[in-house]
Amino acid sequence: MTTSNNNITSRQPSPSLQKRGLGGESVNIGGLTLKNPVMTASGTFGYGLEFADFIDLNRLGGIIVKGTTLEPRQGNPYPRMAETPQGMLNCVGLQNKGVDYFCEHIYPEVRKINTAVLVNVSGHSIETYVECARRIAELEDIPAIELNISCPNVKQGGMAFGVTCEGAASVVKAVRAVYPKTLIVKLSPNVTSIADIARAVEAEGADAVSLINTLMGMAIDAERRRPILSIGTGGLSGPAVKPVALRMVWQVYDAVKIPIVGLGGIMNATDAVEFMLAGASAVEIGTANFIDPAVTMKVIDGIHDYLTRHHFSSVRDIIGAAHQQG
Amino acid sequence: MKKYILDLVVQRTSAPRPGYVLLQLTDPSGPLPEMVPGQFVEVRVDGSPETFLRRPISINLVDREANELWLLIHVVGAGTRALATLKAGDTVNLVLPLGNGFTLSPTPHSPLLIGGGVGTAPLLYLGQELKRQGTKPTFLLGARACEDLMQVERFREVGEVYITTEDGSLGERGFVTQHSLWNGTSAYDYIYTCGPKPMMVAVARLAREKGIPCEASLENLMACGLGACLCCVEDTTEGHVCVCKEGPVFNIEKLKW
Repeated sequence: MTTSNNNITSRQPSPSLQKRGLGGESVNIGGLTLKNPVMTASGTFGYGLEFADFIDLNRLGGIIVKGTTLEPRQGNPYPRMAETPQGMLNCVGLQNKGVDYFCEHIYPEVRKINTAVLVNVSGHSIETYVECARRIAELEDIPAIELNISCPNVKQGGMAFGVTCEGAASVVKAVRAVYPKTLIVKLSPNVTSIADIARAVEAEGADAVSLINTLMGMAIDAERRRPILSIGTGGLSGPAVKPVALRMVWQVYDAVKIPIVGLGGIMNATDAVEFMLAGASAVEIGTANFIDPAVTMKVIDGIHDYLTRHHFSSVRDIIGAAHQQG
Repeated sequence: MKKYILDLVVQRTSAPRPGYVLLQLTDPSGPLPEMVPGQFVEVRVDGSPETFLRRPISINLVDREANELWLLIHVVGAGTRALATLKAGDTVNLVLPLGNGFTLSPTPHSPLLIGGGVGTAPLLYLGQELKRQGTKPTFLLGARACEDLMQVERFREVGEVYITTEDGSLGERGFVTQHSLWNGTSAYDYIYTCGPKPMMVAVARLAREKGIPCEASLENLMACGLGACLCCVEDTTEGHVCVCKEGPVFNIEKLKW
Protein backbone atom coordinates (compact mmCIF):
# COMPACT_ATOMS: atom_id res chain seq x y z
CA MET A 1 0.00 0.00 0.00
CA THR A 2 1.52 3.26 -1.06
CA THR A 3 -1.01 5.95 -0.24
CA SER A 4 -3.75 6.50 2.26
CA ASN A 5 -7.26 7.65 1.70
CA ASN A 6 -10.24 8.12 3.91
CA ASN A 7 -13.08 6.77 1.85
CA ILE A 8 -15.09 3.73 2.84
CA THR A 9 -13.33 1.49 0.41
CA SER A 10 -10.29 0.85 2.54
CA ARG A 11 -9.05 -2.73 2.47
CA GLN A 12 -8.65 -2.62 6.23
CA PRO A 13 -11.14 -4.73 8.13
CA SER A 14 -14.04 -2.69 9.38
CA PRO A 15 -13.85 -2.33 13.16
CA SER A 16 -17.63 -2.37 13.29
CA LEU A 17 -17.87 -5.91 11.96
CA GLN A 18 -17.46 -7.52 15.34
CA LYS A 19 -19.93 -5.07 16.91
CA ARG A 20 -22.55 -6.09 14.39
CA GLY A 21 -22.19 -9.65 15.52
CA LEU A 22 -20.30 -10.75 12.46
CA GLY A 23 -17.47 -13.00 13.41
CA GLY A 24 -14.13 -14.04 12.10
CA GLU A 25 -15.42 -15.13 8.74
CA SER A 26 -16.97 -11.85 7.64
CA VAL A 27 -15.24 -9.57 5.16
CA ASN A 28 -15.79 -6.07 3.90
CA ILE A 29 -15.87 -5.27 0.20
CA GLY A 30 -15.86 -1.54 -0.21
CA GLY A 31 -18.48 -0.87 2.44
CA LEU A 32 -20.42 -4.08 1.81
CA THR A 33 -20.18 -6.61 4.61
CA LEU A 34 -20.34 -10.26 3.63
CA LYS A 35 -20.93 -12.95 6.26
CA ASN A 36 -18.15 -14.96 4.66
CA PRO A 37 -15.92 -14.44 1.62
CA VAL A 38 -17.62 -16.97 -0.66
CA MET A 39 -19.85 -15.58 -3.40
CA THR A 40 -21.13 -17.12 -6.60
CA ALA A 41 -19.99 -15.77 -9.94
CA SER A 42 -22.40 -14.15 -12.34
CA GLY A 43 -23.63 -16.36 -15.15
CA THR A 44 -22.81 -19.59 -13.37
CA PHE A 45 -25.45 -19.66 -10.67
CA GLY A 46 -28.56 -18.33 -12.37
CA TYR A 47 -30.51 -16.37 -9.78
CA GLY A 48 -29.43 -18.74 -7.03
CA LEU A 49 -32.84 -20.35 -6.89
CA GLU A 50 -31.73 -23.03 -9.36
CA PHE A 51 -29.41 -24.35 -6.63
CA ALA A 52 -31.84 -24.23 -3.71
CA ASP A 53 -32.34 -28.02 -3.75
CA PHE A 54 -28.63 -28.62 -3.20
CA ILE A 55 -27.47 -26.00 -0.73
CA ASP A 56 -28.66 -23.56 1.90
CA LEU A 57 -28.43 -20.30 -0.06
CA ASN A 58 -28.50 -18.36 3.21
CA ARG A 59 -25.05 -19.69 4.05
CA LEU A 60 -23.42 -18.00 1.06
CA GLY A 61 -21.36 -14.87 1.52
CA GLY A 62 -23.10 -13.45 -1.51
CA ILE A 63 -24.83 -14.26 -4.76
CA ILE A 64 -24.03 -12.32 -7.92
CA VAL A 65 -26.91 -12.88 -10.25
CA LYS A 66 -26.82 -13.26 -14.01
CA GLY A 67 -25.58 -10.34 -16.10
CA THR A 68 -28.44 -7.89 -16.49
CA THR A 69 -28.89 -5.29 -19.20
CA LEU A 70 -31.33 -2.43 -19.69
CA GLU A 71 -33.11 -4.19 -22.57
CA PRO A 72 -33.79 -7.92 -22.91
CA ARG A 73 -31.10 -9.76 -24.87
CA GLN A 74 -31.41 -13.06 -26.76
CA GLY A 75 -27.67 -13.71 -26.58
CA ASN A 76 -25.68 -15.54 -29.23
CA PRO A 77 -26.88 -18.48 -31.32
CA TYR A 78 -26.27 -22.10 -30.31
CA PRO A 79 -23.70 -23.68 -29.93
CA ARG A 80 -22.43 -21.59 -27.07
CA MET A 81 -20.21 -24.02 -25.23
CA ALA A 82 -17.12 -26.11 -25.83
CA GLU A 83 -15.44 -28.29 -23.26
CA THR A 84 -11.67 -27.85 -23.04
CA PRO A 85 -8.93 -29.48 -20.97
CA GLN A 86 -9.66 -28.46 -17.38
CA GLY A 87 -12.20 -25.89 -18.43
CA MET A 88 -14.82 -24.73 -20.85
CA LEU A 89 -15.48 -21.98 -23.35
CA ASN A 90 -18.76 -20.13 -23.54
CA CYS A 91 -20.19 -17.45 -25.79
CA VAL A 92 -23.60 -17.00 -24.18
CA GLY A 93 -23.56 -13.27 -24.96
CA LEU A 94 -25.41 -11.86 -21.96
CA GLN A 95 -28.77 -13.50 -22.59
CA ASN A 96 -31.18 -12.03 -20.04
CA LYS A 97 -34.71 -10.71 -19.82
CA GLY A 98 -33.71 -7.15 -19.03
CA VAL A 99 -33.67 -5.04 -15.91
CA ASP A 100 -37.44 -4.48 -15.76
CA TYR A 101 -38.08 -8.22 -15.71
CA PHE A 102 -35.46 -8.61 -13.01
CA CYS A 103 -37.05 -5.91 -10.85
CA GLU A 104 -40.58 -7.26 -11.26
CA HIS A 105 -40.12 -11.02 -11.23
CA ILE A 106 -36.72 -11.99 -9.86
CA TYR A 107 -36.03 -9.38 -7.21
CA PRO A 108 -39.09 -10.27 -5.07
CA GLU A 109 -37.76 -13.84 -4.90
CA VAL A 110 -34.05 -13.26 -4.40
CA ARG A 111 -34.52 -10.55 -1.77
CA LYS A 112 -35.87 -13.29 0.52
CA ILE A 113 -32.47 -15.00 0.57
CA ASN A 114 -30.54 -14.06 3.68
CA THR A 115 -27.30 -13.12 1.96
CA ALA A 116 -25.92 -10.24 -0.06
CA VAL A 117 -27.54 -10.44 -3.50
CA LEU A 118 -25.61 -8.44 -6.06
CA VAL A 119 -26.55 -7.73 -9.65
CA ASN A 120 -24.02 -7.96 -12.45
CA VAL A 121 -24.78 -4.95 -14.67
CA SER A 122 -23.84 -4.76 -18.32
CA GLY A 123 -24.59 -2.53 -21.27
CA HIS A 124 -23.75 -1.68 -24.85
CA SER A 125 -23.18 2.04 -24.28
CA ILE A 126 -22.41 4.28 -21.32
CA GLU A 127 -26.04 5.40 -21.29
CA THR A 128 -27.38 1.85 -21.01
CA TYR A 129 -24.93 0.98 -18.22
CA VAL A 130 -25.98 4.09 -16.34
CA GLU A 131 -29.71 3.53 -16.75
CA CYS A 132 -29.48 -0.12 -15.72
CA ALA A 133 -27.40 0.77 -12.64
CA ARG A 134 -29.87 3.52 -11.75
CA ARG A 135 -32.77 1.06 -11.80
CA ILE A 136 -30.88 -1.45 -9.66
CA ALA A 137 -29.92 1.30 -7.20
CA GLU A 138 -33.62 1.73 -6.41
CA LEU A 139 -33.87 -1.84 -5.14
CA GLU A 140 -33.55 -1.63 -1.37
CA ASP A 141 -32.20 -5.15 -0.86
CA ILE A 142 -29.52 -5.07 -3.54
CA PRO A 143 -26.56 -3.58 -1.66
CA ALA A 144 -24.07 -3.59 -4.52
CA ILE A 145 -23.56 -4.07 -8.23
CA GLU A 146 -20.80 -5.73 -10.16
CA LEU A 147 -20.20 -3.64 -13.24
CA ASN A 148 -19.34 -5.94 -16.12
CA ILE A 149 -16.92 -4.16 -18.43
CA SER A 150 -15.34 -7.43 -19.44
CA CYS A 151 -17.79 -9.71 -21.25
CA PRO A 152 -15.85 -11.08 -24.24
CA ASN A 153 -18.94 -12.31 -26.09
CA VAL A 154 -20.82 -9.21 -27.16
CA LYS A 155 -20.10 -7.01 -30.15
CA GLN A 156 -20.81 -3.67 -28.54
CA GLY A 157 -19.96 -2.63 -25.02
CA GLY A 158 -18.86 -5.34 -22.64
CA MET A 159 -15.18 -5.96 -22.99
CA ALA A 160 -14.78 -3.06 -25.39
CA PHE A 161 -14.94 -0.76 -22.37
CA GLY A 162 -12.77 -2.91 -20.19
CA VAL A 163 -9.66 -3.21 -22.33
CA THR A 164 -8.53 0.40 -22.22
CA CYS A 165 -7.98 2.63 -19.20
CA GLU A 166 -9.98 5.41 -20.86
CA GLY A 167 -12.91 3.17 -21.70
CA ALA A 168 -13.01 1.61 -18.24
CA ALA A 169 -12.69 4.99 -16.54
CA SER A 170 -15.48 6.53 -18.63
CA VAL A 171 -18.06 3.87 -17.71
CA VAL A 172 -17.11 3.77 -14.06
CA LYS A 173 -17.23 7.56 -13.79
CA ALA A 174 -20.70 7.71 -15.34
CA VAL A 175 -22.10 4.88 -13.23
CA ARG A 176 -20.47 6.18 -10.06
CA ALA A 177 -22.39 9.44 -10.55
CA VAL A 178 -25.73 7.63 -10.29
CA TYR A 179 -24.92 4.66 -8.10
CA PRO A 180 -24.43 5.45 -4.40
CA LYS A 181 -24.01 1.91 -3.05
CA THR A 182 -21.05 -0.44 -3.33
CA LEU A 183 -19.70 -0.46 -6.87
CA ILE A 184 -17.56 -3.44 -7.81
CA VAL A 185 -16.00 -3.37 -11.26
CA LYS A 186 -15.35 -6.70 -12.97
CA LEU A 187 -12.13 -6.61 -14.95
CA SER A 188 -11.08 -8.38 -18.12
CA PRO A 189 -7.89 -10.44 -18.24
CA ASN A 190 -7.63 -9.80 -21.97
CA VAL A 191 -5.42 -6.74 -21.48
CA THR A 192 -1.75 -5.84 -21.47
CA SER A 193 -1.80 -4.57 -17.89
CA ILE A 194 -4.72 -5.37 -15.65
CA ALA A 195 -3.05 -3.29 -12.90
CA ASP A 196 -3.37 -0.18 -15.07
CA ILE A 197 -7.07 -0.83 -15.66
CA ALA A 198 -7.60 -1.43 -11.93
CA ARG A 199 -5.92 1.87 -11.11
CA ALA A 200 -8.06 3.66 -13.69
CA VAL A 201 -11.34 2.40 -12.21
CA GLU A 202 -10.13 3.04 -8.66
CA ALA A 203 -9.41 6.64 -9.62
CA GLU A 204 -13.01 7.04 -10.82
CA GLY A 205 -14.44 5.88 -7.54
CA ALA A 206 -14.89 2.12 -7.85
CA ASP A 207 -15.29 0.62 -4.37
CA ALA A 208 -13.76 -2.71 -5.35
CA VAL A 209 -12.65 -4.72 -8.34
CA SER A 210 -13.44 -8.32 -9.21
CA LEU A 211 -11.16 -10.34 -11.42
CA ILE A 212 -10.91 -12.18 -13.68
CA ASN A 213 -13.68 -12.45 -16.22
CA THR A 214 -13.10 -15.17 -18.80
CA LEU A 215 -10.04 -15.36 -21.02
CA MET A 216 -10.72 -15.11 -24.75
CA GLY A 217 -10.19 -18.41 -26.47
CA MET A 218 -11.53 -20.69 -29.12
CA ALA A 219 -12.03 -24.33 -30.08
CA ILE A 220 -12.05 -25.86 -33.54
CA ASP A 221 -13.70 -29.07 -34.65
CA ALA A 222 -10.97 -30.74 -36.71
CA GLU A 223 -13.40 -33.13 -38.44
CA ARG A 224 -15.75 -30.38 -39.56
CA ARG A 225 -12.93 -27.87 -40.02
CA ARG A 226 -15.00 -25.15 -38.32
CA PRO A 227 -14.94 -23.28 -35.01
CA ILE A 228 -17.16 -25.01 -32.46
CA LEU A 229 -18.71 -21.86 -31.00
CA SER A 230 -21.33 -20.03 -33.04
CA ILE A 231 -19.43 -16.75 -32.99
CA GLY A 232 -16.01 -18.35 -33.33
CA THR A 233 -14.51 -17.22 -30.04
CA GLY A 234 -15.59 -17.41 -26.43
CA GLY A 235 -14.51 -16.98 -22.83
CA LEU A 236 -12.44 -19.66 -21.12
CA SER A 237 -13.20 -20.56 -17.50
CA GLY A 238 -12.42 -23.35 -15.09
CA PRO A 239 -9.21 -24.56 -13.46
CA ALA A 240 -7.28 -23.95 -16.70
CA VAL A 241 -7.38 -20.18 -16.02
CA LYS A 242 -6.58 -20.30 -12.30
CA PRO A 243 -2.84 -19.57 -12.47
CA VAL A 244 -3.50 -16.56 -14.70
CA ALA A 245 -6.25 -15.28 -12.42
CA LEU A 246 -4.12 -15.75 -9.32
CA ARG A 247 -1.23 -13.84 -10.88
CA MET A 248 -3.56 -10.98 -11.80
CA VAL A 249 -5.03 -10.75 -8.29
CA TRP A 250 -1.46 -10.66 -6.99
CA GLN A 251 -0.53 -7.80 -9.36
CA VAL A 252 -3.69 -5.79 -8.74
CA TYR A 253 -3.22 -6.10 -4.97
CA ASP A 254 0.06 -4.24 -5.38
CA ALA A 255 -1.53 -1.64 -7.65
CA VAL A 256 -4.66 -0.47 -5.83
CA LYS A 257 -5.97 0.14 -2.33
CA ILE A 258 -9.55 -0.92 -2.92
CA PRO A 259 -10.58 -4.50 -2.09
CA ILE A 260 -10.30 -7.25 -4.64
CA VAL A 261 -12.78 -10.04 -5.29
CA GLY A 262 -10.88 -12.94 -6.81
CA LEU A 263 -12.24 -15.49 -9.24
CA GLY A 264 -11.10 -17.77 -11.99
CA GLY A 265 -11.08 -21.55 -11.77
CA ILE A 266 -11.70 -21.90 -8.04
CA MET A 267 -12.73 -25.54 -7.51
CA ASN A 268 -12.19 -25.99 -3.77
CA ALA A 269 -11.30 -24.28 -0.50
CA THR A 270 -7.56 -24.44 -1.11
CA ASP A 271 -7.99 -22.56 -4.38
CA ALA A 272 -10.09 -19.95 -2.56
CA VAL A 273 -7.48 -19.56 0.18
CA GLU A 274 -4.77 -19.09 -2.46
CA PHE A 275 -6.73 -16.21 -3.99
CA MET A 276 -7.11 -14.60 -0.57
CA LEU A 277 -3.42 -15.02 0.17
CA ALA A 278 -2.71 -13.34 -3.19
CA GLY A 279 -4.80 -10.38 -2.09
CA ALA A 280 -8.49 -11.11 -2.58
CA SER A 281 -10.84 -10.03 0.22
CA ALA A 282 -13.52 -12.36 -1.13
CA VAL A 283 -13.87 -14.91 -3.88
CA GLU A 284 -16.42 -15.97 -6.44
CA ILE A 285 -17.12 -19.57 -7.38
CA GLY A 286 -18.14 -19.95 -11.00
CA THR A 287 -17.71 -22.89 -13.32
CA ALA A 288 -17.19 -25.26 -10.36
CA ASN A 289 -20.93 -24.96 -9.67
CA PHE A 290 -21.52 -26.95 -12.88
CA ILE A 291 -19.42 -29.87 -11.68
CA ASP A 292 -20.62 -29.85 -8.09
CA PRO A 293 -23.76 -27.80 -7.39
CA ALA A 294 -22.90 -27.97 -3.67
CA VAL A 295 -19.27 -26.85 -4.03
CA THR A 296 -19.85 -23.46 -2.39
CA MET A 297 -20.74 -25.07 0.94
CA LYS A 298 -17.57 -27.17 0.79
CA VAL A 299 -15.49 -24.07 0.10
CA ILE A 300 -17.05 -22.21 3.06
CA ASP A 301 -16.39 -25.16 5.37
CA GLY A 302 -12.92 -25.69 3.95
CA ILE A 303 -11.90 -22.07 4.54
CA HIS A 304 -13.12 -22.42 8.12
CA ASP A 305 -11.02 -25.57 8.55
CA TYR A 306 -7.98 -23.84 7.07
CA LEU A 307 -8.30 -20.93 9.50
CA THR A 308 -8.63 -23.32 12.44
CA ARG A 309 -5.70 -25.42 11.31
CA HIS A 310 -3.45 -22.37 10.95
CA HIS A 311 -4.76 -20.65 14.10
CA PHE A 312 -6.19 -17.56 12.41
CA SER A 313 -8.96 -15.92 14.38
CA SER A 314 -10.23 -14.08 11.32
CA VAL A 315 -10.33 -14.79 7.61
CA ARG A 316 -9.29 -11.16 7.18
CA ASP A 317 -5.85 -12.10 8.49
CA ILE A 318 -5.05 -14.07 5.37
CA ILE A 319 -5.96 -11.36 2.84
CA GLY A 320 -2.76 -10.60 0.96
CA ALA A 321 -0.72 -12.62 3.46
CA ALA A 322 1.43 -14.13 0.72
CA HIS A 323 2.80 -10.65 0.01
CA GLN A 324 4.35 -10.31 3.45
CA GLN A 325 8.11 -10.57 3.56
CA GLY A 326 9.87 -13.06 5.78
CA MET B 1 -39.50 -32.10 -8.44
CA LYS B 2 -36.67 -32.01 -5.93
CA LYS B 3 -33.17 -32.52 -7.30
CA TYR B 4 -30.43 -34.49 -5.59
CA ILE B 5 -26.71 -35.10 -5.74
CA LEU B 6 -26.37 -38.84 -5.18
CA ASP B 7 -23.65 -41.46 -5.10
CA LEU B 8 -25.15 -44.50 -6.79
CA VAL B 9 -23.59 -47.94 -6.98
CA VAL B 10 -23.17 -49.87 -10.21
CA GLN B 11 -25.09 -53.15 -9.96
CA ARG B 12 -24.42 -54.46 -13.43
CA THR B 13 -22.96 -53.30 -16.71
CA SER B 14 -23.48 -54.68 -20.19
CA ALA B 15 -22.85 -53.72 -23.78
CA PRO B 16 -26.09 -54.02 -25.79
CA ARG B 17 -23.94 -53.51 -28.87
CA PRO B 18 -20.36 -52.38 -29.51
CA GLY B 19 -19.85 -48.72 -28.62
CA TYR B 20 -22.68 -48.64 -26.07
CA VAL B 21 -22.87 -49.43 -22.38
CA LEU B 22 -25.86 -50.04 -20.16
CA LEU B 23 -25.30 -49.10 -16.52
CA GLN B 24 -27.74 -50.44 -13.93
CA LEU B 25 -27.36 -48.31 -10.82
CA THR B 26 -28.86 -48.54 -7.38
CA ASP B 27 -29.06 -46.34 -4.31
CA PRO B 28 -27.86 -48.40 -1.34
CA SER B 29 -29.16 -45.78 1.09
CA GLY B 30 -32.82 -46.10 0.11
CA PRO B 31 -35.41 -45.81 -2.65
CA LEU B 32 -34.38 -43.82 -5.70
CA PRO B 33 -35.92 -40.35 -5.90
CA GLU B 34 -39.03 -39.67 -7.92
CA MET B 35 -38.25 -39.18 -11.61
CA VAL B 36 -40.33 -39.26 -14.76
CA PRO B 37 -39.73 -40.44 -18.34
CA GLY B 38 -37.88 -37.88 -20.45
CA GLN B 39 -35.88 -36.49 -17.56
CA PHE B 40 -32.12 -36.90 -17.49
CA VAL B 41 -29.19 -37.08 -15.08
CA GLU B 42 -25.78 -35.38 -15.05
CA VAL B 43 -23.06 -37.95 -14.43
CA ARG B 44 -19.72 -36.91 -12.97
CA VAL B 45 -16.85 -38.48 -14.87
CA ASP B 46 -14.06 -39.54 -12.55
CA GLY B 47 -10.66 -40.75 -13.66
CA SER B 48 -10.63 -38.99 -17.01
CA PRO B 49 -8.31 -35.96 -16.91
CA GLU B 50 -9.52 -34.81 -20.34
CA THR B 51 -13.10 -34.66 -19.12
CA PHE B 52 -14.14 -31.58 -17.19
CA LEU B 53 -17.92 -31.40 -17.34
CA ARG B 54 -20.55 -33.87 -16.24
CA ARG B 55 -22.25 -35.89 -18.96
CA PRO B 56 -26.01 -35.49 -19.45
CA ILE B 57 -27.58 -38.93 -19.92
CA SER B 58 -31.29 -39.66 -20.38
CA ILE B 59 -33.08 -42.04 -18.06
CA ASN B 60 -33.45 -45.37 -19.85
CA LEU B 61 -35.51 -47.09 -17.18
CA VAL B 62 -36.43 -46.90 -13.52
CA ASP B 63 -37.09 -50.32 -12.05
CA ARG B 64 -38.80 -49.57 -8.74
CA GLU B 65 -38.88 -53.19 -7.62
CA ALA B 66 -35.14 -53.63 -8.06
CA ASN B 67 -34.52 -49.98 -7.02
CA GLU B 68 -32.50 -49.56 -10.21
CA LEU B 69 -31.83 -46.65 -12.52
CA TRP B 70 -30.72 -47.64 -16.02
CA LEU B 71 -28.54 -45.43 -18.19
CA LEU B 72 -27.84 -46.40 -21.79
CA ILE B 73 -24.70 -44.59 -22.87
CA HIS B 74 -23.34 -44.08 -26.36
CA VAL B 75 -19.54 -44.04 -26.18
CA VAL B 76 -18.56 -41.01 -28.24
CA GLY B 77 -15.58 -39.42 -26.49
CA ALA B 78 -13.24 -39.50 -23.52
CA GLY B 79 -15.99 -38.89 -20.97
CA THR B 80 -18.35 -41.62 -22.09
CA ARG B 81 -15.34 -43.92 -22.65
CA ALA B 82 -14.46 -43.47 -18.97
CA LEU B 83 -18.06 -44.23 -17.97
CA ALA B 84 -17.91 -47.40 -20.06
CA THR B 85 -15.08 -48.69 -17.85
CA LEU B 86 -17.26 -48.66 -14.71
CA LYS B 87 -17.63 -52.04 -13.07
CA ALA B 88 -20.15 -53.58 -10.71
CA GLY B 89 -19.55 -52.20 -7.22
CA ASP B 90 -18.14 -48.86 -8.44
CA THR B 91 -19.71 -45.64 -7.22
CA VAL B 92 -20.87 -42.96 -9.61
CA ASN B 93 -21.97 -39.45 -8.68
CA LEU B 94 -25.16 -38.14 -10.28
CA VAL B 95 -27.23 -34.98 -10.18
CA LEU B 96 -30.86 -35.94 -10.74
CA PRO B 97 -33.58 -35.78 -11.86
CA LEU B 98 -33.17 -32.91 -14.33
CA GLY B 99 -35.42 -31.23 -16.86
CA ASN B 100 -39.03 -31.82 -17.73
CA GLY B 101 -40.29 -35.17 -18.93
CA PHE B 102 -42.85 -36.23 -21.50
CA THR B 103 -46.48 -35.27 -20.93
CA LEU B 104 -48.29 -38.29 -19.48
CA SER B 105 -51.48 -36.60 -18.43
CA PRO B 106 -54.03 -36.80 -19.89
CA THR B 107 -52.93 -40.28 -20.89
CA PRO B 108 -53.09 -40.66 -24.67
CA HIS B 109 -55.39 -43.40 -25.92
CA SER B 110 -53.00 -44.70 -28.56
CA PRO B 111 -49.49 -43.25 -28.31
CA LEU B 112 -46.75 -43.81 -30.87
CA LEU B 113 -43.17 -43.68 -29.57
CA ILE B 114 -40.62 -43.07 -32.32
CA GLY B 115 -36.92 -43.50 -31.62
CA GLY B 116 -33.67 -43.66 -33.51
CA GLY B 117 -30.17 -44.63 -32.38
CA VAL B 118 -29.47 -44.09 -28.69
CA GLY B 119 -32.55 -41.84 -28.74
CA THR B 120 -34.62 -44.96 -28.17
CA ALA B 121 -33.28 -45.04 -24.58
CA PRO B 122 -35.83 -42.78 -22.81
CA LEU B 123 -38.71 -44.35 -24.75
CA LEU B 124 -38.37 -47.60 -22.80
CA TYR B 125 -39.12 -45.85 -19.51
CA LEU B 126 -41.84 -43.79 -21.21
CA GLY B 127 -43.45 -46.93 -22.61
CA GLN B 128 -43.32 -48.63 -19.22
CA GLU B 129 -45.06 -45.71 -17.53
CA LEU B 130 -47.69 -45.40 -20.27
CA LYS B 131 -48.43 -49.08 -19.90
CA ARG B 132 -48.69 -48.66 -16.14
CA GLN B 133 -51.28 -45.94 -16.78
CA GLY B 134 -53.36 -48.42 -18.75
CA THR B 135 -52.57 -47.43 -22.30
CA LYS B 136 -50.88 -49.57 -24.91
CA PRO B 137 -47.81 -47.92 -26.42
CA THR B 138 -46.63 -48.65 -29.94
CA PHE B 139 -42.93 -48.27 -30.72
CA LEU B 140 -41.47 -47.36 -34.07
CA LEU B 141 -37.71 -47.83 -33.89
CA GLY B 142 -35.33 -46.79 -36.64
CA ALA B 143 -31.73 -47.79 -37.27
CA ARG B 144 -29.19 -48.02 -40.03
CA ALA B 145 -29.05 -51.80 -39.78
CA CYS B 146 -30.40 -54.67 -37.72
CA GLU B 147 -27.35 -54.81 -35.43
CA ASP B 148 -27.78 -51.14 -34.47
CA LEU B 149 -31.04 -51.77 -32.62
CA MET B 150 -30.92 -52.16 -28.86
CA GLN B 151 -33.27 -53.50 -26.17
CA VAL B 152 -35.81 -54.65 -28.78
CA GLU B 153 -36.96 -57.55 -26.60
CA ARG B 154 -37.57 -55.18 -23.70
CA PHE B 155 -39.62 -52.89 -25.95
CA ARG B 156 -41.66 -55.91 -27.05
CA GLU B 157 -42.46 -56.67 -23.39
CA VAL B 158 -43.99 -53.22 -23.09
CA GLY B 159 -45.85 -52.74 -26.37
CA GLU B 160 -46.08 -53.42 -30.07
CA VAL B 161 -42.81 -52.79 -31.93
CA TYR B 162 -42.34 -51.74 -35.55
CA ILE B 163 -38.90 -51.39 -37.04
CA THR B 164 -37.32 -49.67 -40.00
CA THR B 165 -33.71 -50.11 -41.07
CA GLU B 166 -32.00 -48.13 -43.78
CA ASP B 167 -30.52 -51.29 -45.29
CA GLY B 168 -33.66 -53.35 -44.87
CA SER B 169 -31.92 -55.93 -42.67
CA LEU B 170 -34.80 -55.85 -40.19
CA GLY B 171 -38.34 -54.57 -40.43
CA GLU B 172 -39.18 -52.29 -43.32
CA ARG B 173 -36.48 -50.68 -45.41
CA GLY B 174 -36.17 -46.91 -45.10
CA PHE B 175 -36.69 -44.22 -42.47
CA VAL B 176 -39.23 -44.19 -39.64
CA THR B 177 -41.27 -41.63 -41.55
CA GLN B 178 -41.57 -44.04 -44.50
CA HIS B 179 -43.03 -46.96 -42.53
CA SER B 180 -46.32 -48.40 -43.79
CA LEU B 181 -48.07 -47.65 -40.49
CA TRP B 182 -48.38 -44.08 -41.80
CA ASN B 183 -50.50 -45.25 -44.74
CA GLY B 184 -54.15 -44.31 -44.54
CA THR B 185 -55.80 -42.78 -41.50
CA SER B 186 -53.53 -42.74 -38.50
CA ALA B 187 -54.57 -44.79 -35.51
CA TYR B 188 -52.37 -42.78 -33.17
CA ASP B 189 -53.42 -39.80 -31.11
CA TYR B 190 -50.05 -38.72 -29.65
CA ILE B 191 -46.44 -38.98 -30.81
CA TYR B 192 -43.34 -38.95 -28.63
CA THR B 193 -39.97 -38.90 -30.37
CA CYS B 194 -36.31 -38.98 -29.47
CA GLY B 195 -33.35 -39.52 -31.73
CA PRO B 196 -31.08 -37.74 -34.19
CA LYS B 197 -32.30 -34.24 -34.94
CA PRO B 198 -32.95 -34.82 -38.69
CA MET B 199 -35.17 -37.78 -37.74
CA MET B 200 -37.08 -35.76 -35.15
CA VAL B 201 -37.52 -32.86 -37.57
CA ALA B 202 -38.97 -35.28 -40.15
CA VAL B 203 -41.25 -36.85 -37.53
CA ALA B 204 -42.42 -33.41 -36.40
CA ARG B 205 -43.25 -32.47 -39.98
CA LEU B 206 -45.23 -35.66 -40.46
CA ALA B 207 -47.04 -35.20 -37.14
CA ARG B 208 -48.09 -31.70 -38.22
CA GLU B 209 -49.32 -33.01 -41.56
CA LYS B 210 -51.39 -35.68 -39.85
CA GLY B 211 -52.57 -33.30 -37.14
CA ILE B 212 -51.21 -35.46 -34.31
CA PRO B 213 -49.79 -33.73 -31.23
CA CYS B 214 -46.09 -34.46 -30.87
CA GLU B 215 -43.34 -34.07 -28.28
CA ALA B 216 -39.63 -34.30 -29.03
CA SER B 217 -36.69 -34.75 -26.67
CA LEU B 218 -33.65 -32.63 -27.54
CA GLU B 219 -30.04 -33.19 -26.58
CA ASN B 220 -28.27 -29.88 -27.11
CA LEU B 221 -24.73 -29.60 -25.76
CA MET B 222 -24.96 -28.80 -22.05
CA ALA B 223 -22.76 -27.65 -19.20
CA CYS B 224 -24.67 -27.22 -15.92
CA GLY B 225 -27.93 -29.09 -16.61
CA LEU B 226 -29.69 -26.72 -14.19
CA GLY B 227 -30.59 -23.69 -16.28
CA ALA B 228 -27.76 -21.62 -14.85
CA CYS B 229 -25.19 -21.35 -17.63
CA LEU B 230 -27.54 -20.80 -20.59
CA CYS B 231 -25.31 -22.80 -22.92
CA CYS B 232 -27.77 -25.40 -24.24
CA VAL B 233 -30.37 -23.03 -25.66
CA GLU B 234 -32.81 -23.90 -28.41
CA ASP B 235 -34.24 -21.12 -30.54
CA THR B 236 -37.97 -21.58 -29.90
CA THR B 237 -41.11 -19.58 -30.58
CA GLU B 238 -40.47 -18.03 -27.15
CA GLY B 239 -36.84 -17.15 -27.96
CA HIS B 240 -33.74 -18.87 -26.62
CA VAL B 241 -34.67 -21.30 -23.85
CA CYS B 242 -32.52 -23.78 -21.96
CA VAL B 243 -33.03 -27.36 -23.13
CA CYS B 244 -31.85 -28.58 -19.73
CA LYS B 245 -34.46 -26.65 -17.75
CA GLU B 246 -37.38 -25.89 -20.08
CA GLY B 247 -36.84 -29.20 -21.92
CA PRO B 248 -35.37 -31.55 -22.86
CA VAL B 249 -38.90 -32.49 -23.95
CA PHE B 250 -40.70 -29.87 -26.02
CA ASN B 251 -44.05 -29.85 -27.74
CA ILE B 252 -43.15 -29.37 -31.41
CA GLU B 253 -45.46 -26.35 -31.56
CA LYS B 254 -42.84 -24.54 -29.48
CA LEU B 255 -40.00 -25.50 -31.82
CA LYS B 256 -39.06 -23.70 -35.03
CA TRP B 257 -38.77 -26.94 -37.00
